[in-house]
Order: sequence, then C-alpha cells, then structure tokens
Amino acid sequence: MTATAREDFREILRLVRPGSRVLEIGCGEGALLELLAQEKDVDGRGLEISAEGVSACLARGLAVVQGDADGDLADYPADAFDYAILSQTLQQMRDPRRVLTELLRIAERAIVSVPNFGHWRVRWALGVSGRMPVTRDLPDPWWRTANIHLCTLRDFTDLCADLGVRIEASAALTQGKPARQIEPLRAVENLRAEQALFLLSRQGERATPVRAGTSADDLFGG
Amino acid sequence: MSRDVGPLPLVGADGGLMRFGPDKPLRLDSRARLDGLEVAYRTYGRLNADRSNAVLVCHALTGDQHCAGEHPSTGKPGWWNRVVGPGLPLDPDKHFIICTNVIGGCMGSTGPASINPATGRVYGLSFPVITIADMVRAQAMLVEALGIETLFAVVGGSMGGMQALQWAADYPERLFSAVCIASAPRHSAQNIAFHEVGRQAIMADPDWRGGAYAEQGARPEKGLAVARMGAHITYLSEAALQRKFGRELQRDGLSWGFDADFQVEGYLRHQGAAFVDRFDANSYLYITRALDYFDLGQAHGGVLANAFARARDVRFCVLSFTSDWLYPTPESRMIVKALNAAAARVSFVEIETDKGHDAFFLDEPVFHGALRGFLDSAASARGAG
Repeated sequence: MTATAREDFREILRLVRPGSRVLEIGCGEGALLELLAQEKDVDGRGLEISAEGVSACLARGLAVVQGDADGDLADYPADAFDYAILSQTLQQMRDPRRVLTELLRIAERAIVSVPNFGHWRVRWALGVSGRMPVTRDLPDPWWRTANIHLCTLRDFTDLCADLGVRIEASAALTQGKPARQIEPLRAVENLRAEQALFLLSRQGERATPVRAGTSADDLFGG
Repeated sequence: MSRDVGPLPLVGADGGLMRFGPDKPLRLDSRARLDGLEVAYRTYGRLNADRSNAVLVCHALTGDQHCAGEHPSTGKPGWWNRVVGPGLPLDPDKHFIICTNVIGGCMGSTGPASINPATGRVYGLSFPVITIADMVRAQAMLVEALGIETLFAVVGGSMGGMQALQWAADYPERLFSAVCIASAPRHSAQNIAFHEVGRQAIMADPDWRGGAYAEQGARPEKGLAVARMGAHITYLSEAALQRKFGRELQRDGLSWGFDADFQVEGYLRHQGAAFVDRFDANSYLYITRALDYFDLGQAHGGVLANAFARARDVRFCVLSFTSDWLYPTPESRMIVKALNAAAARVSFVEIETDKGHDAFFLDEPVFHGALRGFLDSAASARGAG
C-alpha cells in the first residue's frame, strides 16, 4: 500500500466519512479511489482525462468516466455525491471558479488541494532572482507547466468567500511530513504552507456533521 | 413439426434453434405478435454450477450468432474472433457465451424470409415491423428457456450496444453488467438518412418485386449490394480509407470510362458482392428500420435517465472510438450522462483509433484491455458479493 506514502491521501482518508459517495476528479490510475473503497468502504466514482488512466481504473474494478473537469462536470446531477475530491489540479483548470462551484453543486462537500504560490520559496524566487519559481511543488519551467491558474492561500480563501463557500477545515502539506492543521487566513501560513488541503461546503447550509462527536478542528493533525 | 411443444432446443450444447410453442408468442411493440417464434443461437463454453457465468453477445446490423469459431456457411472466422475465444476478454474457459441471431434476421431466427405458420408462405413484407426492444424480448425468452436467471453480462457493439442498453432498461434484475460499444441511445437524423438510402437502393431494384422476390424466384442483388456499399463507407473513416487506398488505381492508367478504376471502388464492389451472398434484402429493410425506430429516451418520457431508473445495480461500461462518425463519442457521452443522472455505476473510455466505427471488430489492444479489465473486475465483484 505504497499510496499511503502520499500525505494528502492520508489526510483525505481521514476526512471522508465511511460508506459515503465520492467523486474524484482527475483520479489518474485510481490509487486514491481504491484506498477509499478498501479502507472507508466508499462508493467511489472517478473522472479522468487519459484513456490509459481510465483503463487502469477499469482493471481495478473502479467506475471511472473519461472526461475533462473543465467540460464534463456539468453532466453530473446536483447532490449526487457526499464528497467531490480535486487533488492538486484546480490550478490547471481553465475556469477554476466555475469548477469550484460545480464541485459543490455535485457534492455536499469538496476536498480541494492547491500549491501555495504565496510560499516563501516562491516569493524568494520571484522577488530576488526575478524568475518564475521552480520548486518541489512547482517543478516545471513556465513554458512547460500545466499550472495556468496559480494562487496563494489568501487568494484561495478570498475566492471561497466570494463564492459563499465555507472552509470547514484546512491543512498545510509539506512533502514527506504529516499534514498540519492551519488557520488559512493567518499571514504566516501563507508564507510557510507549500500546499494546502481544504474541506469545503456550501455556506448557509448546515452540512451533516462530518463525524459524530468530532468537530472539524479535530479532523487534521490527529 | 412439433410446434405445440414448449421451448425445445433442437441441437445440443453448442447452440441450435430454440422453437417456442403457441403458448409463448412474441408480443411486439407494434402490437403484432409472432407465433411459432424461432431463435437461432450459438453457445461457447460451459454454464457453471451456479449458472452465474452466462454472457449474452449481441450482434450488429449484419452480424449473426457465429461470433467466434468458424462460420458454418462462409468458413470464415466468427465476426468477433478478436474478443470471443480462449485467452480473449470473453473466454469460453471462463464464460458461457450465448449469441443469438436477432429476430428479423436471416441466419435462422424468425424473419421476413421465414414461413408464416398461419399461411404456410414466406412472410416477405407481411412480416411485422420489429424494434430493438422486440429483439431483446426474444433474447430474454431464449435465456429463460436455457435456464439462466441472471446474465453476468450483456455485451454488444453498434446495434448490439443498443440491445445491451435495452436489456438494462427492460430486464435490469436479470443482468449484472452491460457493455455498450460504439453505439448510441437513439438513431440520429444522419443515421436514418443513410439507412433510407440503403432501403431505397433495395426497393429500386426491379428484382425486389415489392418484397415478394423469394416466392418469385428473384433476388434484388444489385440493390442490396449498393445498400451495403453505401453503409460500408460509414463504418470506416476518411483516414482509414486514405491509408488503405489513397488514389491508387487497380490497373495502370485510367480507363476513361466507368469501370472501377480506383482501388477503393473495387473494394466497395467486392464488399457489396460478398454481402449479397450472405444476407437477405428484406432482413436488411427490417433491421435498419428497427435501428431507425430506436430512441430509448423517447420511449421513457423523453428522459434517457428514466430508462435506467431500475438499473442502478447494473455495472455499465461504455466505450467509443475517436474516428467513429456513425455513432460518434458524443452519442456515448449522452448514455454516460443519463447513467450518471440515474446514479448507475458507469465507466466510459474513448479509444484513440483512426479505424472508424468498425474498430470494435479489429485489433485494438486498448479497447480489448479496457473490456477485459471491466469484465474481470466485475467477475471478482460478483464473486465477492
């Protein structure tokens, strides 16, 4: 089970309620969906852009549709899932704002992770060397990167506020280290979080408790 | 003839002809009914002890029940010999594979070339118009007569894919999984238009004789060949035709006439000529009509998702091919969207190929891998359940 080596997977596993319905957008070869099915007994579905990825998912017995988050989320009915998961790809969407809206139309909650363009290494690269940053989380040069809509933590929380999206929980992810619960509005987190993972829900709707007897504060860092 | 006996398989374990007695007429969507229904079928492999490994393979417009092995009349390999066979995705060592000739067909099942038991004469155009749902109803009668309660899978391409969808709509409790390949939830205007050209070609042939050619000892071979030539173009792609033939000539130089100068012309003429040897013109009319009438959403209140309302527990696999312009990928996406809306369990892959609609017959490793992955994992899931 090498996939648990990915700290974001571990965090997502912790967040997702057992037996829930999950749609993972950009599920690749289905490693996370398989983990979720094995360990959380979820009814998982996937959306994946590459035919090779979908074929690998089929061989794992996963229900995955070949498609593109930018265009095909509209095909899913409202409230079809408990969670929509979008891991490290929001910044690659043509229209991240609409994708975020779609996630929370399709599912009661969304789990979204993004690289933080406000991280100090990024600021250093841009501010001191005057070049587009190439870091562990942003490894490609500007002309090859798939990341066309990068944002900082502050930008992301602003967009959530703008869309009326409630941030139920946030965690900073650093490669190889356990997730660390954060207060995403604190300026210091916007400097030191390389990646951030958010549990989102629609504002104004009291989503059903994530886990009986557990507050959102306990979700990370356990 | 022992027509008064119930379902009676006439040949042994590898298939034959299932004949249904007068107590079991086939009731058609047109409100007509067929008495003395006969369904020709072939089987491969063995039904296991708990009868859980039966797979129904559904053929396309001009296919038949001989999907694998050697065809008894042409001596050629079965039409799906790359999918059905030892070590292939549908494996007689694992599955009990059933393939039927659709009703309206001309390879043994009741069709317009059959004898009407009420008159003792060939049906011809007195054969009732049939639908995809009627074909599936006849298959369901056969499957029941074979003592199979639940099919592990219904698998088909093109018209066979439509039958798989119809099975899921009409008998969801009798199938575990459905595979719909290079197909559509309804016939588009363009699909109907091409079929109409084919039918007109047949009916314009003087030897068609108003459909009564069999009794008059004639055969509308020219019309049927033209119908096949036109249809065959829609099964290929521009890229495949270009790659295979380009502007290559059959002989040196042009004839400055209307011989088949170009290789593509010779190829089409050959396709047409070979087709009339194995297919009945009236069957072509009836089956193309059944396809044109197919609109699964319209039959369910105009909402395709409603067709799958009872099929939530069926595992679906939908496959399409990039260069298929007969049933292009957006048609498959309509199916996927409806299945998602119905909260059914669906997987979908679009296979990259330049071979057009007929890619589902051909050597396409990604397609075969996806099909195998889906079926094998469905088998494990069924075992676990």
